Amino acid sequence: MQNSASLLEVRGISKSFGAVRALQEVDFTLRAGEIHALLGENGAGKSTLIKVITGVFPRDAGFVRIGGEEIAPRSAKAAVAAGIATVYQEVNLLPNLSVAQNLFLDRQPMRFGIVREGEMRRRAKALLADFGLDIDVAAPLGSYSVAIQHVTAIARAVDLSARVLILDEPTASLDRHEVEILFGIMRQLAKRGIGIVFVSHFLDQVYEISDRITVLRNGRLVGERETASLARLELIRMMLGRELAETTSARAAASEHEVREVCASFENFGKAGYVAPFNLELRHGEVVGLAGLLGSGRTETARLVFGAERADRGQARVEGAPVRLQSPRDGVRHGFGYCPEERKTDGIVAELTVRENIVLALQAKRGLLRPLSRREQDEIARRYVKMLDIRPADPERPVGLLSGGNQQKVLLARWLATSPRLLVLDEPTRGIDVGAHAEIIRLIRELCDDGLSLLVISSELDEIVTYSDRVVVLRDRAHVEELAGEAVDVGNILAAIAADSVTVALEAHT
Amino acid sequence: MTALLPRRGLAQILALIVILAVDRVVSPQFFDLRLQDGRLFGSLIDVLNRGTPVALLSLGMVLVIATRGIDLSVGAVMAICGAIAASLADSHSLPVVLAAALGAGLVCGLWNGFLVAVLGMQPIVATLILMVAGRGIAQLITEGRIVTFSSPDLVWLGNGSVLGLPVPVVIALGMLILTGAVVRGSALGLLIEATGGNARASELSGVGTRAMILSVYVWCGVCAALAGVIAAADIMGADANNAGLWLELDAILAVVIGGTSLFGGRFSLVLAVLGALIIQTMNTGILLSGYPPEFNLLVKAVVVLAVLLLQSPKLSGFAGIAARLRRTKA
Repeated sequence: MQNSASLLEVRGISKSFGAVRALQEVDFTLRAGEIHALLGENGAGKSTLIKVITGVFPRDAGFVRIGGEEIAPRSAKAAVAAGIATVYQEVNLLPNLSVAQNLFLDRQPMRFGIVREGEMRRRAKALLADFGLDIDVAAPLGSYSVAIQHVTAIARAVDLSARVLILDEPTASLDRHEVEILFGIMRQLAKRGIGIVFVSHFLDQVYEISDRITVLRNGRLVGERETASLARLELIRMMLGRELAETTSARAAASEHEVREVCASFENFGKAGYVAPFNLELRHGEVVGLAGLLGSGRTETARLVFGAERADRGQARVEGAPVRLQSPRDGVRHGFGYCPEERKTDGIVAELTVRENIVLALQAKRGLLRPLSRREQDEIARRYVKMLDIRPADPERPVGLLSGGNQQKVLLARWLATSPRLLVLDEPTRGIDVGAHAEIIRLIRELCDDGLSLLVISSELDEIVTYSDRVVVLRDRAHVEELAGEAVDVGNILAAIAADSVTVALEAHT
Repeated sequence: MTALLPRRGLAQILALIVILAVDRVVSPQFFDLRLQDGRLFGSLIDVLNRGTPVALLSLGMVLVIATRGIDLSVGAVMAICGAIAASLADSHSLPVVLAAALGAGLVCGLWNGFLVAVLGMQPIVATLILMVAGRGIAQLITEGRIVTFSSPDLVWLGNGSVLGLPVPVVIALGMLILTGAVVRGSALGLLIEATGGNARASELSGVGTRAMILSVYVWCGVCAALAGVIAAADIMGADANNAGLWLELDAILAVVIGGTSLFGGRFSLVLAVLGALIIQTMNTGILLSGYPPEFNLLVKAVVVLAVLLLQSPKLSGFAGIAARLRRTKA
């Protein structure tokens, strides 16, 4: 019965980028007239799956069926022809053209080779009226709010005889009222039998609008559930945790008895509209994990701590002494290091060699006038290539040619070479194959045993639990809980992440 | 010191040799050198001498381009500084004249650097401002006339000789060595390449990317000032309308021929200067051949295309194979 109603069937989709397996045998089923949320953390494979379905990326294995018929679109245009339309977070229409022109781009009503402007406007008006929108369709699209631009994009997509509508983070830049309008339209479209895929990281919205939820994690399907019968804690567990083995960190339990010296501390540290003020103490030889959902303020905390973003309140101290922390240079000077999440854009200098990338931060710290001689550079590079087992073991190879895991090791080496006191690692294991993954976790432990202080962000809760002495849990851009010692386990972290959002959801409804 | 030497300069050296050979064919006396009054004369010396302004410009330009920037104002800066030098030459001593002209170049560079590094303007637009305004400033200085001078000190700078070589050539060589020593002797070279390769990543590694960008525009301004003084000294006068006209394009071309990408990153000072010499060798050859100078532009285009094709990774022909062979040997 259910099978007959399935509109879009995706079976066994796999997709690799080099050594990284972005999708592994993922199944996804969308029924006619349902709103189906596709969830997962960054790098879970949501975008890749959408791009494979819509033909932006070719797939390595598996098939896609729409209404029982197998399709293999080679481009977004071909996907539209097959009945699958996608509206991205960043509306990709033309803001300088009128609303009507955007709606009928590429298919304007013509007579004798001339566009019939009047006819086009009339039809545009009628089309938007279906969506409860009464606006001047001759005005440039860019003069309207993002919400109206979204509705226009959706109207265009639906009018192109879409049977499947994919909305990728459509609510990210909308206010509450606009979200209501959008949801109204989504419900109306679903009633007409259109299947809607809804990608979002706002769980409240997911519970409000969706009938079903599919969760991806690390490129694999975790499961498909009915929204009504899926508890919020269970959902977060699906997104973040593997199996909820009640493992307490061996480290944390053992370390409780030792008192360690404070390496850096942050009092009432924060920035308006970025992260709410927080207190954080980082001690030598200790790993502090930052856990939370996407957008909860993890990366923002890391950037404030390192100095990549300027705090507008609070006081930072290093070894007890108050310090100014206004730029990455300040951070580096105080002995901090930061491996950002976006390795390619914020981390490596692809064109330069492994050696040059490794010595970069040390050289910047020493200043212009104390250059490292070539011999010193060679020695440093050789030492870290060996210590971190960077492959291929050629310090003169441009770092852009290395695999993701080895690039990550080069970035670690860059900071280790500066003999830092504090290292901030943002998703150090993301997009890295399994072997390198384990190695990097082993490294984090070793570094910590050598007295380094570490602040580590990860979406992998089991991972965080294995290496952290303490875990700070974030929610809605604020630090909400700190777990230490035996309290560090996946269950407690999940509970802290999920805790208040239930009440938040209730508030939103009242 | 290996960094100073062209590691990947085979395409450029090859091009220079071919052009020199062609020059020899069209002008049999091309390689003739003679010593007269303690000074060398001949077409080769002429190439070096005439190539000096663009060579100097390319020394600054290559650093700017390495940071992913570009400086369109160098021709106009030449005009400004040439005009200043010419106006002061007969009333002030050479050190004062030089200080004023080079100081003006430094200020021009600071202005460009300020617009790009501090205000975050796109380099091509930021330097376009001074490219346009600079000629106006130069004309204001010369009051629209061609300012001539007869100060023997300044004339010597353009026409004298040291150890048998023309003074401009010696100055350019000195600047190459000085720039090389500063850039590769300090950490500047690495940090400039990192800034050009990935500014965000460099910033997050603690590199003062703004200071890097500011300093390369300043140096570019100083190099352009020196080129302007030499050009004025050469003709014993300053012509605000024509001094350095279009030379910014030759300087950019020299840098590109020298293998530095307009997308920033890796650069080579020596190869940029070699690029300037390639351009001048062509110019001189065409003049000597007796063909009309219009051919110059067409031939230039063909040679540039050839050099760029030789460097292209997709056409990893002779140059690529040779480079790989050398690396395995080393």
